[in-house]
Amino acid sequence: MPAVQETIDRVRSIDVDQYKYGFFTDIESDKAPKGLNEDIIRFISAKKEEPEWMLEWRLDAYRRWLTMTEPTWARVEYPPIDFNDIYYYSAPKTAAGPKSLDEVDPELLATYEKLGIPLREQEILAGVEPKNRVAVDAVFDSVSVVTTFKEELKKAGVIFCSISEAMREHPELVRKYLGTVVPVTDNFYATLNSAVFTDGSFVYVPEGVRCPMELSTYFRINEQNTGQFERTLIIADKGAYVSYLEGCTAPQRDENQLHAAVVELIALDDAEIKYSTVQNWYPGDSEGKGGIYNFVTKRGDCRGKNSKISWTQVETGSAITWKYPSCILRGDNSRGEFYSIAVSNGCQQIDSGTKMMHLGKNTSSRIISKGISAGRSQNTYRGLVSAHRKASNARNFTQCDSLLIGQDCGAHTVPYIESKNATAVFEHEATTSKISDDQMFYCQQRGLSGEEAVALIVNGFVKDVIQQLPMEFAVEAQKLISISLEGSVG
Amino acid sequence: MLEIKNLHARIAEDGTEILRGVDLTVKPGEVHAIMGPNGSGKSTLSYILAGKEDYEVTEGDILFNGESILEMAPEERASAGVFLAFQYPIEIPGVATMTFLKSAMNAQRKARGEEELSTPEFMRRVKDKAGELQVTMDMLKRPLNVGFSGGEKKRAEILQMALLEPSLCVLDETDSGLDIDALRVVAEGVNKLRSPERSTVVITHYQRLLDHIVPDVVHVLSKGRIVKTGGKELALELEKNGYAEFVGAAA
Ligand SMILES: Nc1ncnc2c1ncn2[C@@H]1O[C@H](COP(=O)(O)OP(=O)(O)OP(=O)(O)O)[C@@H](O)[C@H]1O
Ligand SMILES: [Mg+2]
Repeated sequence: MPAVQETIDRVRSIDVDQYKYGFFTDIESDKAPKGLNEDIIRFISAKKEEPEWMLEWRLDAYRRWLTMTEPTWARVEYPPIDFNDIYYYSAPKTAAGPKSLDEVDPELLATYEKLGIPLREQEILAGVEPKNRVAVDAVFDSVSVVTTFKEELKKAGVIFCSISEAMREHPELVRKYLGTVVPVTDNFYATLNSAVFTDGSFVYVPEGVRCPMELSTYFRINEQNTGQFERTLIIADKGAYVSYLEGCTAPQRDENQLHAAVVELIALDDAEIKYSTVQNWYPGDSEGKGGIYNFVTKRGDCRGKNSKISWTQVETGSAITWKYPSCILRGDNSRGEFYSIAVSNGCQQIDSGTKMMHLGKNTSSRIISKGISAGRSQNTYRGLVSAHRKASNARNFTQCDSLLIGQDCGAHTVPYIESKNATAVFEHEATTSKISDDQMFYCQQRGLSGEEAVALIVNGFVKDVIQQLPMEFAVEAQKLISISLEGSVG
Repeated sequence: MLEIKNLHARIAEDGTEILRGVDLTVKPGEVHAIMGPNGSGKSTLSYILAGKEDYEVTEGDILFNGESILEMAPEERASAGVFLAFQYPIEIPGVATMTFLKSAMNAQRKARGEEELSTPEFMRRVKDKAGELQVTMDMLKRPLNVGFSGGEKKRAEILQMALLEPSLCVLDETDSGLDIDALRVVAEGVNKLRSPERSTVVITHYQRLLDHIVPDVVHVLSKGRIVKTGGKELALELEKNGYAEFVGAAA
């Protein structure tokens, strides 16, 4: 059984008012006081027993952040965020460095169970073919609770652990790569993340190694008013391959919660990284109350020649999504891909897309974006494709399709193309369509309910992207999309 | 099977009255043809039977197997056995015809409390019926009705009908757009479905379809009312003399 399939199977309705994952786990947590100042950063760093250089790195980021202002160019609206009204550190109290699952708070395990994550290795081992196994690194609020499959990965030489642990166990790797794709100064939220990030995943796949299983992180925000600032760093050394899955849920709350993650991917010569996300944070209620602000910076660096980075995302949750998983195509012959399904319903706002920055020679990229808007939501694709002066023979193909359900939603496409090299060939195709009343009636005349009809048409609309997902995610993703659109017709 | 009683209906949006007292009774096993000038309300009648929301029934009733279906949703009517072959079949982009067929069949089965079809069983049935109707595998893989020629669309409609096995088949100008050979293939498909339990309403302008699908009763609809009912010879008469005589009578 794949990691999240059970979860989704159990999902009956994730209608904006009945968010299935909206339970709250009552666990005592270890929190830093509200607000942000240098002491809080020192507190976080000390809690995590970080080396001195890391603290300095954070403090630099913080000082830099104080001089920055929030970006306003995205097509999203929300009241100002009070950054001093947030807890920047929250850890389940008993979870300080569990050595095995038996040491993990049973309440916590129960929560994961509700989420359908088979944390217990034996469960996973029981029902699953070896090649389909998924190693899970679960992030509960700020601390990575336990990492399964670590031993087997170790045998292959793959390092898969929380970033805090990596900082202690593999400081040379972290120091060498952290912040090299998303610099500390990159943007308001990435800089904030650099100052206060609490945990996240770290993956290193050594030269020539094909990671023997899919790696997966399951994020969950539990604590009230807790910003979740994870930091993920994935390195595929020369000729290595890794596929990484990220799934996210959050409990239901009235207040908005801030989520500002940074993900950095580095692919060296001939390496390939496939990063898939199924994002299902609480979207807020039908009036737009509550929900997650998902302000994320994700970027991959095809640093080596012939390297490849592929992003696939299925975004159905969050009140506001601000997210542009991008590729820097630095190595010659490198390739970047972005496959996206962004579903908005209720009062959700999505401003998402990608940047493909062609720097090396003979680099290619492909963008397939499928936006689905329903309810009163707004869904924007924003993408940049650029070719550097030296990027001869850069190729891009972009296909950007929007599907509207109902009268009150909006879909917007904002493509930017910047080519400084005459040999670049960039193609862009865009379509906008609507599920018409006639299509609905036709399907219903054949026996499909309104919701089945929408699901059928939507699944047809997104299938090019679904095909890019690892098998174990594809079915769930499809169901999740249908569920997210429940209540969008009739 | 089907009893339409004094049916009055108008366009919901602007209140224009289209049907002005239609009476029609179709017994099990019978085939009825409805003919009539353009704009007389034939398609509207078929849409109202199927439950399209654009129209409002202001008077009268539609009984299907003795019970009013006016309050039923279109998908409920479909699962109860009402099938409409559209005059203008709708394109469903991105959804392979095969996928659509399977979804529709299983949705109806689910609604009736039956088990889902297994994939091999489904495939067997599709191959069978598609073969009879000369619908190619290639067509089944393409998105439903997208880029289908006029004739292909009509054959796809009949294929759906054959697979869904409705008890009331309403065919709205299924002959239009068909070449002579396709007309025969489609008509054979329809005839194959004729049975003592199944009723068929064929809307058409032309005798040539009725040469193949021989009706028990022929009606003329004009200005929202049935103005003349007769046997199969009525269609021949219309072919010769046109509607003038009956249209005049309705005014
Ligand atoms: N939704 C609608 N909005 C506006 N007018 C409509 C609508 N539906 C039907 N009508 C009008 O109602 C009348 C009857 O239309 P209908 O399509 O039922 O005719 P028909 O008998 O099927 O004609 P044909 O033989 O050309 O197919 C026409 O004048 C048509 O324009
Ligand atoms: Mg008509």
